[in-house]
Amino acid sequence: MSGHSTYEPKSGFERWLDSRLPIIRFANDTIVTFPTPKNLNYWWTFGGILSLMLGMQIVTGIVLAMHYVPSADGAFNSVQRIMRDVNYGWLIRNLHANGASMFFLAVYMHMFRNLYYGSYKAPREVLWILGCVIYLLMIGTAFFGYVLPWGQMSFHGAVVITNLIGAIPVIGPSVTTWLWGGFAVDNATLNRFFSLHYLLPFMIAGVVGLHIWALHVPGNNNPTGVNVKSAEDTVSFHPYYTVKDGFAISVFLIMYAVFVFFMPDALGDAANYVQANPLVTPQHIVPEWYLLPFYAILRAVPNKLMGVILMFGAIATLFVLPWLDTSKVRSLRYRPTARLYYGIFFLTCIVLGFCGAHSPDDPVIPAISGPQLLDANLNSFVWLSRIAALYYFAYFWVITPLLGLTETPLPVPESISSPVLSHPASAPVGAVASPEKRG
Amino acid sequence: MADTVVGANPDPHASGDDPNRRDFIHIAAGVAAVGLVGGLAWPLINQMNPAGDTLALASIEFDLSKVVEGQQVVVKWRGKPLFVRYRTAKEIAAAIKDDHSDLRDPATDESRHKPGKAQFLILIGTCTHLGCVPTFGGGDYGGWFCPCHGSVYDTSGRIRKGPAPLNLAVPDYSFLSDSKVKVG
Ligand code: HEM
Ligand code: FES
Repeated sequence: MSGHSTYEPKSGFERWLDSRLPIIRFANDTIVTFPTPKNLNYWWTFGGILSLMLGMQIVTGIVLAMHYVPSADGAFNSVQRIMRDVNYGWLIRNLHANGASMFFLAVYMHMFRNLYYGSYKAPREVLWILGCVIYLLMIGTAFFGYVLPWGQMSFHGAVVITNLIGAIPVIGPSVTTWLWGGFAVDNATLNRFFSLHYLLPFMIAGVVGLHIWALHVPGNNNPTGVNVKSAEDTVSFHPYYTVKDGFAISVFLIMYAVFVFFMPDALGDAANYVQANPLVTPQHIVPEWYLLPFYAILRAVPNKLMGVILMFGAIATLFVLPWLDTSKVRSLRYRPTARLYYGIFFLTCIVLGFCGAHSPDDPVIPAISGPQLLDANLNSFVWLSRIAALYYFAYFWVITPLLGLTETPLPVPESISSPVLSHPASAPVGAVASPEKRG
Repeated sequence: MADTVVGANPDPHASGDDPNRRDFIHIAAGVAAVGLVGGLAWPLINQMNPAGDTLALASIEFDLSKVVEGQQVVVKWRGKPLFVRYRTAKEIAAAIKDDHSDLRDPATDESRHKPGKAQFLILIGTCTHLGCVPTFGGGDYGGWFCPCHGSVYDTSGRIRKGPAPLNLAVPDYSFLSDSKVKVG
């Protein structure tokens, strides 16, 4: 923990407890008096939202597990029973299913925030890597969870994803059999996926603990990316950020509620309301929206092993990002050129998502037949995903390292407070406001 | 090092590299601990492999007279779809014609059916890309098309286009009589 503790036990009991288990001191230092940069904007509220969503998924999940039957014969019907017969089962399931989407939405906001403000750079590399571990665990948890209702999409999604492992040379096939516990995705697979789906969120909770520990050593980054220089640059977490986080959480919950109550199936796939049938694959296999970009990368490559390597490489790249970025300036506020490439990167991720949702051979622009290039039509989602995947990797491995060496950043303020306080004369509205504007 | 050490333990390495009894105990304890952890880890890992009853999954018998020419029947075998296809003369001819084209996973049509039974093609119906079930009648080669990522197989079940690396697998099977096969 940075700085010393300011906690004063108030009652006799608190003094007694403090010298035995200083847990109130810990809570106080973490969420009450924690010195926080005074300029954090709403992009900093997603950490709190994520913590809430993790709690939400754990609570609703445990309740669902009380009614769910983890067997190939019983799973699908038990979920239907939860929706129709269990008291408030519909509510709990809709909260859990849509909660996963909201969780991913928040984590993507959180991650794009880190990319924009350079929060992954020294001294926050370990914090960032722990975040990437959380993200990986989230993907695992969501994948296992999606198999549980044992609909057509659950089943064939599980088949496709577990078969990815078969691409590993030599050991691949035996690892796949080991994972399945049989010769195909079947009852044994469903049972172990249920067990793992229960386990992983608690591992996430553990890593979140480390994540917050690693946050409290260097403290928060902030929109200027400039280090905290003095007490003048910070405010105490409570009430300033408890209130700001609270407001953001309320807005987020409203959006969540709109999905839960008015369009609970908008983000799901209709094919999952058909019970799993190993003999028929649905016409169009797609993962949930939050995994579509990776799915597009997988399908962009006409070679099984390379496709799998690139897909995992897309996530692995995030882990080494702190060492790919050569720029000394954290925040993109002061890096207009980098901001442009960042904007394209953001769009690229969305484009990859669209590609993942479409059949590879479908035309991107309908009614135009483009020229054939190598194995596919140029006007097809395969080629669009190839271009986008290329940019995805180039952004991290080429643009980010080179840009830091070649660009000229704008002047960076001396401290968080200086743009506002030190130059009252030279800083009328326009001058102060311009660094605030975001590309 | 101080000049005088009172009551010190003898320096274990003072007399050269000879392992003494303390080193021995450390090594022995370490080996025992590793053995114990390994011995416990293996059952914990191996329990996930197919269980005895799964391995013992019976083979199935199938009556080919149920399939008419040009038709395909799909049966479930070891949790997977099994394609039993009664090929037309035209399909067989197309397959033989391509025996020596540029194939990704070269195999003659003859190696993919039992001698004298060219009409019956029995295949495991999982795409060798990522395991979806290909549908018959799609793609440019008159065989199967996989809806998942667009792999195309010909009338012999050989991979011709798309991301899949291998031909559709031929399971172990034998003819019990003229019209009966046993798979597995
Ligand atoms: C369950 C998921 C997660 C939870 C509950 C969580 C929680 C938090 C919280 C409470 C904060 C402090 C407040 C804030 O900055 O918003 C934080 C900061 C941070 N998180 Fe996460 N996080 C999660 C996932 C991730 C992921 C996936 C990444 C990146 C891949 C990440 C990277 C970071 C970084 C770099 C910071 C420090 C940023 C700064 O203070 O500027 N986190 N996280
Ligand atoms: S699973 Fe058949 S093409 Fe991918």
